[in-house]
Amino acid sequence: MITRLLFLLLASLISQTSQAFCGFYVAKADASLYNQASQVVMARKGNKTVLSLMNDYQGELQDFALVVPVPEVLKEGQIHIGDAKIFAHIDNFTAPRLVEYHDEDPCQPRVMYEMMSKSVPMPAAAMPQKAKSDKSLGVTVEAEYTVGEYDIVILSAKESDGLETWLQSSGYKIPDGASAALQPYIKQGLKFFVAKVNLKEQSKTGSKFLRPLQFAFESPKFMLPIRLGMINAKGPQDLLVYILSEKGRVEASNYQTLKLPSNMDIPVHIKDDFANFYKVMFETQVKKQNLRAVFTEYFWNMGWCDPCAAEPLSPEELKQLGVFWLDGNSQRGMGIPVQVTRLHVRYTPDSFPEDLVFQETSDTANFQGRYVLRHAWQGNPEQCEAAKTYFKQLAERHEQEAKTLAELTGWSVADIRKKMNLDDAPKTGGADNQWWEKIW
Amino acid sequence: MRNWMCCKLDRCNFFQRGNLRWLLVISGLDIRVWQLLIMASLLLSGVWLRDFSLYPAQIGLTFTAGLITQWFFLRQFKLQQRGFLSAMITCFGLCLLLRSSTLWVHPVVVSLAMASKFLIRPQGAHLFNPANFGVVLGLIFFPHTWVTSGQWGADLTTALWLIAAGFFVTRNAHRLDITGYFLLFYGSLFLLIRIAWYGYPLAVFFHQFQNGALLLFAFFMISDPMTIPRHYKARIIHAALVSVFAYIWQYQFYGNQGIIWGLFLATPFVPLWNHLFPAPRYQWQSLSGENS
Repeated sequence: MITRLLFLLLASLISQTSQAFCGFYVAKADASLYNQASQVVMARKGNKTVLSLMNDYQGELQDFALVVPVPEVLKEGQIHIGDAKIFAHIDNFTAPRLVEYHDEDPCQPRVMYEMMSKSVPMPAAAMPQKAKSDKSLGVTVEAEYTVGEYDIVILSAKESDGLETWLQSSGYKIPDGASAALQPYIKQGLKFFVAKVNLKEQSKTGSKFLRPLQFAFESPKFMLPIRLGMINAKGPQDLLVYILSEKGRVEASNYQTLKLPSNMDIPVHIKDDFANFYKVMFETQVKKQNLRAVFTEYFWNMGWCDPCAAEPLSPEELKQLGVFWLDGNSQRGMGIPVQVTRLHVRYTPDSFPEDLVFQETSDTANFQGRYVLRHAWQGNPEQCEAAKTYFKQLAERHEQEAKTLAELTGWSVADIRKKMNLDDAPKTGGADNQWWEKIW
Repeated sequence: MRNWMCCKLDRCNFFQRGNLRWLLVISGLDIRVWQLLIMASLLLSGVWLRDFSLYPAQIGLTFTAGLITQWFFLRQFKLQQRGFLSAMITCFGLCLLLRSSTLWVHPVVVSLAMASKFLIRPQGAHLFNPANFGVVLGLIFFPHTWVTSGQWGADLTTALWLIAAGFFVTRNAHRLDITGYFLLFYGSLFLLIRIAWYGYPLAVFFHQFQNGALLLFAFFMISDPMTIPRHYKARIIHAALVSVFAYIWQYQFYGNQGIIWGLFLATPFVPLWNHLFPAPRYQWQSLSGENS
């Protein structure tokens, strides 16, 4: 008896491990869906962090200004220019995905395949005039560098008003009232990483776009300052954070972190409208939480994927993103000692009153935003007895898909049914439709 | 009219004859039954509505292991078979707090937590709140184990519900004072002073104070009458010490779960406070005031 119990326990323990997702990858919902979404990659192990900021700045280059609180005066070697292509790669790799299946011929059933397919997977600015320390404003220029197309100064300040005045008088276009948001960082003894575009250096790159800025630092605080970016926010802002960690999933410790509804069957017509579907679905979930939650869109080992929306990032790419702990012998079974968590936040100044603080959990259960299309078998109900049952179940499945889609997006079920051409589906025995559904 | 009167009178007799006996039965129930019901509803709402990453099997295994451990130690020490309500509260506490991606961690941790009640007994009473002890053990010694402090969000409705439910339980357990002292010291004083010092907007205070994890801790963990000092003066000192440790852990060392660690670190001082401020031991009571 005890042996049996142990076996059952062992079996259930095994069932907790991730299962491979079958299904063919069709489409993804990447960062390009959102207007001016900020994208950040954080690679962290112990107290060491490498922060990469993707720049999607589209205004006049001379107006660009970036102010980031940093825990220490960064040396020139701690600052680096990243590659936007790697950002695009990590976005594609972790993006919510659409997969599809084709129903088997019910007249030639394959029991094993059927069982497998049913297994549910687990889950800025004019040139500052020669900026020198201005004692009357309490601002000290700790360091000055030109890295790539950026002119960078590292500042320390005593008073937030003084810092705001210094930044404005030095030609950085920062919004009025920034001092209130700067104050807590000054009090905590943080320094300010301030960057603007060096137009001469920029012209040498031959690109209209700014490349990502990266910096490496050590700090016990695992956080992302988001409050400064809210000063001149006109509406909700989108932020995508890709966190590369060694052990497990990363979540916010001062906000609720939720997994987006995933692994759901949705109608096949979404195939051509997946980007829009995902956008609306995300918005619906955000509203449900009153813009107060952080959403996990992806968590997986960086070594593999199933199905893959893009190839896993190469060790060289990971190193470029700051994964300093990877060496040549890091392969462990299917995975490598790098986990990637993709968090998506839509926030307003009111809904996220403090900066994001993270914690790395020991959770290694894979998760991905995955939506499933199941194409119907194109046969005849009269072909065999099993086909009749198949079409009856198909009608029920389509109805369920319509309801799922309506629930996820808030779209009208009637419209969805129309798009699904549900009436055209072959019926045997009739689905359990309500009598009143046909009236209007 | 006459019929209505009859009906009304009948109903009165119906009540007087003792059909409201259920009220008496309810008031005679151990306070811990109420606490269990509240914790069960929190767990259910958490799993269904709040996306707790907890598997039903983990809940089942926690309760099985927790109750078996209680039974085992009672039998081993030849004691009367009782205390199962407290054991269930510990099981609920661990299910509400501890997360693991494996199935074996919960039962092992709850067994160790229950064992601590029988094995770590200075002054003849158990020292640690078993759920607190279990969570700390889980975080230190077990892989794939974590605590999600943000799982309750900072949503006002949940906060009010927790306050109301917690108030009910602690008021009847005559230990509301420590919840009040703790919320005053940590919730109000420390958080508010920090916010004022750093110049954060007041919204940050409300965000932190409404955190479900903080309120849950204040009403259901630190208020455990068996593991807090017996004298009210000592409870003020204990609440202050928990707050200091929690604050240092969270905001000086930037650790997570400061309040859990704060209680764990302050608990070894409780025998000292009981020695310095002697008072009678706590007895669990029913709502009607009877000891159990």
